[in-house]
Amino acid sequence: MDPMSDTPLPRLSERDRPWLMRTYAGHSDAKRSNELYRRNLEKGQTGLSVAFDLPTQTGYDPDHELANGEVGKVGVSIAHVGDMRTLLDGIPLDQMNTSMTINATAAWLLALYVVVAEEQGVPQDRLQGTTQNDILKEYLSRGTYAFPPGPSMRLIADTIAYTVTQVPKWNPINICSYHLQEAGATPVQEIAFTMSNAIAVLDAVRERVPEELMEDVFGRISFFVNAGVRFVEEHAKLRAMAQLWDELGRERYGVQDDKKRRFRYGVQVNSLGLTEVQPENNVYRIALEALAVTLGRGTRARAVQLPAWNEALGLPRPWDQQWSLRLQQILAYETDLLEYPDIFEGSKVMDALVTELLSAAKEEMTHVAELGGAVDGVDYMKGALVESQRERFSRIEAGEQTVVGINRFTSSEPSPLTADGDAGILVVDSRVEAEQREAVSRWRSERDQAGVDAALKELARVARSDEENVMPATITAARAGATTGEWAQTLREVFGEYRAPTGVGEAAALPSEEVAELREEVERVSDALGRRLKFLVGKPGLDGHSNGAEQIAVRARDAGMDVVYEGIRLTPSQIATSAAQEGVHIIGLSILSGSHRELIPTVLKALRDAGIEDVPVVVGGIIPEADAAWLREAGVASVYTPKDWDLNRMMRDIIELVAARHGIAAPA
Amino acid sequence: MTPASDDGRALGDRLRSRDLSAAAPVLNMLESRSPEARAQTAALLHAVSPASVGGEAPGHVVGVTGPPGVGKSSLLSHLVEGWRGRGRSVAVLAVDPSSRRSGGALLGDRARIDVDPADRAVFVRSMAAGNRLGGLAPSTRAAASALAAAFDVVVIETVGVGQSETEVADVADTVAVVVQPGSGDVLQFLKAGIMEIPDVLVVTKADLGRVATRALSDLRSALRALGAQDTAVVAVSSVSPPAGIDDLIDALDAHRQSLDLPARRLRARRMHALADFSAEHGERGLRALGGRRAAEKWLAEQDPGLDVPALEEALGERTAQRG
Ligand code: B12
Ligand SMILES: Nc1nc2c(ncn2[C@@H]2O[C@H](COP(=O)(O)OP(=O)(O)O)[C@@H](O)[C@H]2O)c(=O)[nH]1
Ligand SMILES: [Mg+2]
Repeated sequence: MDPMSDTPLPRLSERDRPWLMRTYAGHSDAKRSNELYRRNLEKGQTGLSVAFDLPTQTGYDPDHELANGEVGKVGVSIAHVGDMRTLLDGIPLDQMNTSMTINATAAWLLALYVVVAEEQGVPQDRLQGTTQNDILKEYLSRGTYAFPPGPSMRLIADTIAYTVTQVPKWNPINICSYHLQEAGATPVQEIAFTMSNAIAVLDAVRERVPEELMEDVFGRISFFVNAGVRFVEEHAKLRAMAQLWDELGRERYGVQDDKKRRFRYGVQVNSLGLTEVQPENNVYRIALEALAVTLGRGTRARAVQLPAWNEALGLPRPWDQQWSLRLQQILAYETDLLEYPDIFEGSKVMDALVTELLSAAKEEMTHVAELGGAVDGVDYMKGALVESQRERFSRIEAGEQTVVGINRFTSSEPSPLTADGDAGILVVDSRVEAEQREAVSRWRSERDQAGVDAALKELARVARSDEENVMPATITAARAGATTGEWAQTLREVFGEYRAPTGVGEAAALPSEEVAELREEVERVSDALGRRLKFLVGKPGLDGHSNGAEQIAVRARDAGMDVVYEGIRLTPSQIATSAAQEGVHIIGLSILSGSHRELIPTVLKALRDAGIEDVPVVVGGIIPEADAAWLREAGVASVYTPKDWDLNRMMRDIIELVAARHGIAAPA
Repeated sequence: MTPASDDGRALGDRLRSRDLSAAAPVLNMLESRSPEARAQTAALLHAVSPASVGGEAPGHVVGVTGPPGVGKSSLLSHLVEGWRGRGRSVAVLAVDPSSRRSGGALLGDRARIDVDPADRAVFVRSMAAGNRLGGLAPSTRAAASALAAAFDVVVIETVGVGQSETEVADVADTVAVVVQPGSGDVLQFLKAGIMEIPDVLVVTKADLGRVATRALSDLRSALRALGAQDTAVVAVSSVSPPAGIDDLIDALDAHRQSLDLPARRLRARRMHALADFSAEHGERGLRALGGRRAAEKWLAEQDPGLDVPALEEALGERTAQRG
């Protein structure tokens, strides 16, 4: 594989070119994000990585009810081609390599990109970039899905079939292992589930393109992986994935061309392990993780984006992101990393690690295949991820897995980085949402409505037809001025909607000794209440961060409570209705997407409207300290953030809150 | 805490006057295990008994049962919509298959039943089945009979695999067994006579095409062979565009029309009393009655006018006599 491996000297004859350096960025509106991108490019960033807000990702316009509180928050709001034009203003698209983290609405955002390029005079076949476009991991971890599995796989297949001939330098899909690790996956699960997912995608495309195109299709599939702080094993994991991919290409899809079987991947390194306490330590974690994906030349990342030191506090400011970009630049330009051939070649330890991972991963892949493949295996895989996350939590709680600052070496000087309280994060201007709402309605009133209607009608016809590719009709709709919400609504009407499994029911129970005291207390309080203590865990809004809610739900069950947990993306009114009908004694809401200031008061009002006055409400997630105080004033009983990692302690609080509310005395 | 005004009788009265907002407090009370709650529960059940209602409670109690993952909850989303379209109020008791571990349970099935949260004429409540596959939660029977006084339709969703007698048949007026296309279980059970012929058979996932059509015709010919060709077999699809929902509603209605409702409800009350009795007194209690068979036989001879609390009391007295 390595053309230089037979050179006698340990050095490459020419220093390698570094990977693409990106920063995952975007917030508020297209104009503000465009300014940010230009500044980032000035600092030596070599590619763009666009973060969209949750309404754009799930296919709702800024003025849709479900967009409430989420517009422009965690990414940029792109509602139509005008927004895309502004976003890319002054950025020559024939020279840029743009990665878009977009999935359910990937076909649509790709269409907007193609139309703007066309306006710039850049033909499709010169465009370079990536649409993430991987729906199975949305079901398993990330949460921005819109349509059921069948139609979603068809949309993916259509975008691949279209780009492979029309936009040949585009990566139409990034099959993601990143989000699986963030949801708890072990290295073996990460490899196995990702490769099973790749097979499902390739098999779906095979049904929609001529067989002779499959070699090109295979060559266009790229990956988006994770690297945790156990960086030696993580590097081995990448080598194992590269090997497996090569095998799959050869054996399952008959790909002859060696280059087309190369494992091409981009990375965002692990963020789940980045802590709220002693946040400065995160910089070291990030640097070590970056090594995992760059050290070995044979499986080096094509593109890297790094989180920032304040990951667990909130959104990074431009300076925080610059600090992380500098890490990449130091690694690539100051160190001697890029001067050598693969430094692990011939390492017995590395080879043995790879072999070990490969054989375990293959076994797991066989299991998924037996379930009918990755699409039918979603329930199983989701359950397995929740279970792995549960185990990870238990290890940290038991001190078996060290997290510096959390369960070891906890005493600390006050950090000057956070001395200004909540000032160390980016806060999106709350006026953005109203502006965007107004802007989209202005857009609708100024366009040629008849053209939009005709384009959407055609889109619906094509979607129903099953045989035709949705991309041309999607591009026509983009050009005509349809909105993100209209495109998605048209398809929702044809395809229907979907709710992914939660995986919590399958999680194993904790050995009872560990929660024995809690259980006794739950029994005592339940007896006093007359029936079992019942706890509703709710996730309002479009937020897909489910780890916290899942682990709280599973632990509450292990502590003996009856737990109602319905998964992500509920409206305030759904939560209030469930709480009322289920007769719960306490409600816990989890929000990590930064929309708590809008959504929590809305839920509290919906609860009052449903006649629930005396049920305590607790809130958890990424909540800056000032907001926590504000929420408590609004009636929230207590607020938890990632520094509250002791699940049992939170359970105790919950039991006490219920007991206090019902006048049940503390145990004698 | 239950406010004093919500005592059993008052709640029963609210149900009888078809006050749907009573549903949640009724369930809270029926689930209570405290000694005070028992007396209140008895008062509640008495208030919705045929004697108080002046006939059987008007609601149609429908059992929807089948293996996990077959599509029961998805189907209910559409059934509820269909019933609402016909102007009927609906209560769903979702008996959750996830087992009780460490005493607690994870109840998530209601998420699969997609209904308009603002519609006050739809009520969904989750119940933990405990570790009994195909079984009901301790309060399901009482809940179904109470809610039937207020709601037009009361659905009990349970997990049942077909071979063992599922308890839901003791409670429901109409039992719909939901069958996964391509899985021959139900077919085998029917042929082998292990499973009683259900009131309505539903083949889900009709969108899967040939396997579903095949399942439908296999079931029909099996029923013919068993001389039960009148049993309705309906194919439905819950994925967009939904199909077969109206046919299924019609089939459920037709069964209800053809049914001897008082007889079925009478049996349901007797089985309810026996279930509560054995939950409280266990195997030993049953033995004191001479075994389950003997108890059922004895119950069948009792005054048909007795409501569930009265029947339980009678069972209690009988053990005392025999013991
Ligand atoms: C893991 C993770 C993900 C995973 C989520 C996987 C999953 N299924 O949960 C993935 C990779 C999918 C993801 C995606 C995104 N993420 Co993210 N993610 C994180 C990360 C790294 C950790 C969160 C986590 O799971 N922690 C572990 C759990 C157990 O902790 P927790 O939820 O905080 O819960 C603890 C407490 O808060 C509390 N708690 C929480 N809820 C509740 C509820 C109750 C009742 C109680 C009692 C307690 C409680 O108890 C828990 C135990 O300690 C955080 C940063 C960080 N380090 O915290 C960013 C972070 C939350 N993500 C962020 C963003 C922006 C995103 C995206 C929206 C990016 C984008 N533009 O697309 C996407 C899209 C997600 C979506 N659909 O909403 C931002 C949010 C910014 C903000 N609030 O202003 C963060 C803060 C990162 C950052 N600094 O930018 N993410
Ligand atoms: N193809 C298809 N899938 C369905 C249909 N109904 C349900 N499903 C899927 O089957 C799975 C289980 O559905 P659910 O309603 O939860 O089943 P339950 O366990 O019987 O209640 C889910 O993944 C549904 O999306 C259907 O009509 N067609
Ligand atoms: Mg169900």
